[in-house]
Amino acid sequence: MDFDPILLSRIQFAFTISFHIIFPTLTIGLSSWLAVVEGLWLITGKTVYQEIYKLWVKVFSVTFGMGVVSGIVMSYQFGTNWSRFSDSTSNVLGPLFAFEVLTAFFLEASFLGIMLFGWGRVTRRMHFISTIIVALGTLTSAFWIISANSWMHTPTGYEIQEGLIFHPLNWIDIIFNPSFPYRLMHMVTGAYLATAFFVGGIGSWYLLKKRHTPHARIMVGMAMMMAVFVTPIQVFLGDLHGLNTFKHQPAKVAAIEGTWETMKGAPLILFGYPDEKEETTKYVVQIPQLSSLILTHSFDGEVKGLKAWAKEDRPPVRPVFFAFRLMVGIGILMLLTGMIAVLLFFRKTLFKNRWFQRWCIILTPSGFIAVLAGWFVTEIGRQPYVVYGLMRTLQAASPVNGKQVFLSLLAFIIVYTFIFGAGIYYILKLIQKGPKPLLKETEIYGSHGVIPPVLGEE
Amino acid sequence: MLDFSPFLDLPLLASCIMALAVFLYVLLDGFDLGVGILFPFAPSKDCRDKMMNSIAPFWDGNETWLVLGGGLLFSAFPLAYAILLPAFYIPLILMLLGLIFRGVAFEFRFKEQGKMHILWDYSFHLGSVCATFFQGILLGAFVSGVTTQGRAFGGGSFDWLNGFSVLTGIALVFGYSLLGATWLLMKTDHKTQEWARKIAFRSLFYVVFFLGIVSLWVPFLNETIFTRWFSLPNFFYFLPIPLLTGLSFLGLYKSLLKKQEIQPFFIVLAIFSLGYLGLGISLWPWIVPYHISIWDAAAGAKSLSLLLMAVVILLPVILGYTAYAYYVFRGKSRASYED
Ligand code: HDD
Ligand code: HEM
Ligand code: HEM
Repeated sequence: MDFDPILLSRIQFAFTISFHIIFPTLTIGLSSWLAVVEGLWLITGKTVYQEIYKLWVKVFSVTFGMGVVSGIVMSYQFGTNWSRFSDSTSNVLGPLFAFEVLTAFFLEASFLGIMLFGWGRVTRRMHFISTIIVALGTLTSAFWIISANSWMHTPTGYEIQEGLIFHPLNWIDIIFNPSFPYRLMHMVTGAYLATAFFVGGIGSWYLLKKRHTPHARIMVGMAMMMAVFVTPIQVFLGDLHGLNTFKHQPAKVAAIEGTWETMKGAPLILFGYPDEKEETTKYVVQIPQLSSLILTHSFDGEVKGLKAWAKEDRPPVRPVFFAFRLMVGIGILMLLTGMIAVLLFFRKTLFKNRWFQRWCIILTPSGFIAVLAGWFVTEIGRQPYVVYGLMRTLQAASPVNGKQVFLSLLAFIIVYTFIFGAGIYYILKLIQKGPKPLLKETEIYGSHGVIPPVLGEE
Repeated sequence: MLDFSPFLDLPLLASCIMALAVFLYVLLDGFDLGVGILFPFAPSKDCRDKMMNSIAPFWDGNETWLVLGGGLLFSAFPLAYAILLPAFYIPLILMLLGLIFRGVAFEFRFKEQGKMHILWDYSFHLGSVCATFFQGILLGAFVSGVTTQGRAFGGGSFDWLNGFSVLTGIALVFGYSLLGATWLLMKTDHKTQEWARKIAFRSLFYVVFFLGIVSLWVPFLNETIFTRWFSLPNFFYFLPIPLLTGLSFLGLYKSLLKKQEIQPFFIVLAIFSLGYLGLGISLWPWIVPYHISIWDAAAGAKSLSLLLMAVVILLPVILGYTAYAYYVFRGKSRASYED
């Protein structure tokens, strides 16, 4: 067997980042939501909010733990598997990664301790502030990592010196590179939606089983508010994002669209099967001229097809094409769900309709699938480059032995499957148990474990 | 654009900050890895709960110093990052896997009501031992030197494995045990504390033993290290370091005999600092021993300037709220059961 270290490193990177991204997606969403829930509790004084908080903060802590351990792996992989990439780009990307650690990771880690264990040791206000700080920390983290990632898609503000070493010219141009604002907003909104559908699905399950109804109503109600108001925003942001990509990475858009020929008045291919050997998309269902209209705002604007690029400069078409349809499909389902929720709300059956509850349960993981599909579009569509147009993936890998990478990949797959399995199992168990009625007001809750450390006070 | 290179020796400053980050990592994650190493040997489940609770609010923050260390190496010394990480591919991956097992144990152990919590006890223990051992291996392999070829690693997959690196691996396991035991002296009481004292005594002897061998071995790894320590007048300048280390060990022994609770931990911190200082003297100014110096590996002046400015502003803030978190959870650890 031939062990190609580059291919294996790519699979390893894709595997570990796909695993990692699931957890931040949930922690970004949950931490903001928990801050809102705790705020509502402090304002209204209703213990139902506190009980919701106490349940979800445990789910949050399990998710967070898995996010941290998988993230640490990510930060070392740039060196172990992509050392040439590191050598070339670190003058530009290094400070961004360092900022992420300095401005976000320490903040999250320190105040997470207080959020999970600090009950009874700090004032309620300080506890609330800690929750908010953790939420801001996750957003700051997303800011820097997405900035770095976006720079690799749309590099600006750099100069190249001998031996393909990138040097910074203007930090503002680097950080706020052209695709960054779109990608950041689309990702954060995606995280909020994924979390909303996750929480909403579980709330619906409680409703269906007639358990914890007061808590479940709040969970479903808040989730549906997100579905109604934020899904349209997400679709709109996705559209802007696509237009921006059309400007900077037209080859990616051609792969998304599945168009091979450059033409004026290009149709929008809804479904089909791209065939890379014959260089056509088969079995198409299409809407005439719509693609040109969306991308160029004119019925006969010119849209480039994949054949405009040499074969070795094209991204893999099929995964990009299908992943995009999966993401957009889920977006449309979310939009529909929001509309149905509005309808049911006015008919006063939002919390009663059993079919709707079943539907929401099916959608529980949908946001995560959309987020992953989105990243696959983005990342595979960037190929064959790591730094778009400038540095090829082939030039980025480490001079390591293929067998070594194969073994590490195998180890990651085994360990992650086991850990991920256990994590899901414990999250499901927490959800199965549901919110617990509080015994007394000042009771200590949360913790990485369920056991709160009562330190001090001899 | 921002550039301080005309006034400051940026690589030198960056190396000091990097050294500080790694050092803080060793001290902070050292005691919580140490607690993990000692975990299954504790007298009862109750003791183990207390032990885990004594570090649960801190472990994530402690590990973040490792992320900072990696991040600073990437951004301040990219060439070193690009050479060292592929060179240490296998021990690094094994260390990371160890950290995964111990990290998730914090979350899973208490969520597990049934018998399976034993699984997470051992995941915590073996993960900690594995992470520590490979950190020690990394240290030993680093000190032994790395083969380079142009701007890349030029050696084989198993260059990191040699007698010296295995020795430092074992030595670090005992070193962290000592740190962990003295941390427990400070943060626990009654049975757990008495047990920790016994363990501290034992680890103390092992640490003296292994630190002795490692210190005697290092000068023979490389000629420059030998002449640095044993030429005159250097010998006399550096003499205080081994002397102070010896005195600290004596002090620690006495302090343990006197059943002091707080002092032993800080004496062990001093011992680690002295060892680290000694290592720094041996390796200066290499960042990829014995080929590439900190100046040759440093990032561009503009990148370093921005980085240093951020570090100078943010590090005090980080240390401030870290101290606050430790303050919030001051005092002895308890094993209470309700959530
Ligand atoms: C900061 C950088 C960064 C971030 C945030 C991401 N990626 Fe990435 N990705 C890379 C940096 C990168 C890379 C280092 O540039 C890779 C490795 C080799 C390559 O081609 O690009 C890459 C490759 C890569 C590949 C392989 C592409 C191929 O084989 O053609 C996949 C499938 C993903 N990534 C998926 C993801 C997903 C699902 C992400 C969601 C979080 C993600 N990436 C975020
Ligand atoms: C290659 C890319 C990435 C690397 C190297 C990376 C690195 C890390 C590291 C080291 C941690 C642990 C921090 C700690 O110790 O507390 C972490 C956690 C986190 N990461 Fe990533 N990460 C990457 C991609 C992403 C992406 C794409 C996002 C989101 C948009 C993200 C968001 C977060 C967040 C919010 C956390 C906090 C912990 C959590 O929520 O699970 N990361 N990451
Ligand atoms: C109909 C609605 C949507 C459209 C038109 C759309 C459009 C896009 C486009 C064009 C990209 C690729 C960007 C690039 O080329 O770099 C993308 C990426 C992405 N999408 Fe969507 N999207 C939609 C819905 C969603 C939904 C519902 C989610 C999640 C809940 C989501 C999450 C993501 C993520 C995480 C990425 C990768 C990060 C990024 O590049 O922003 N998208 N989307």
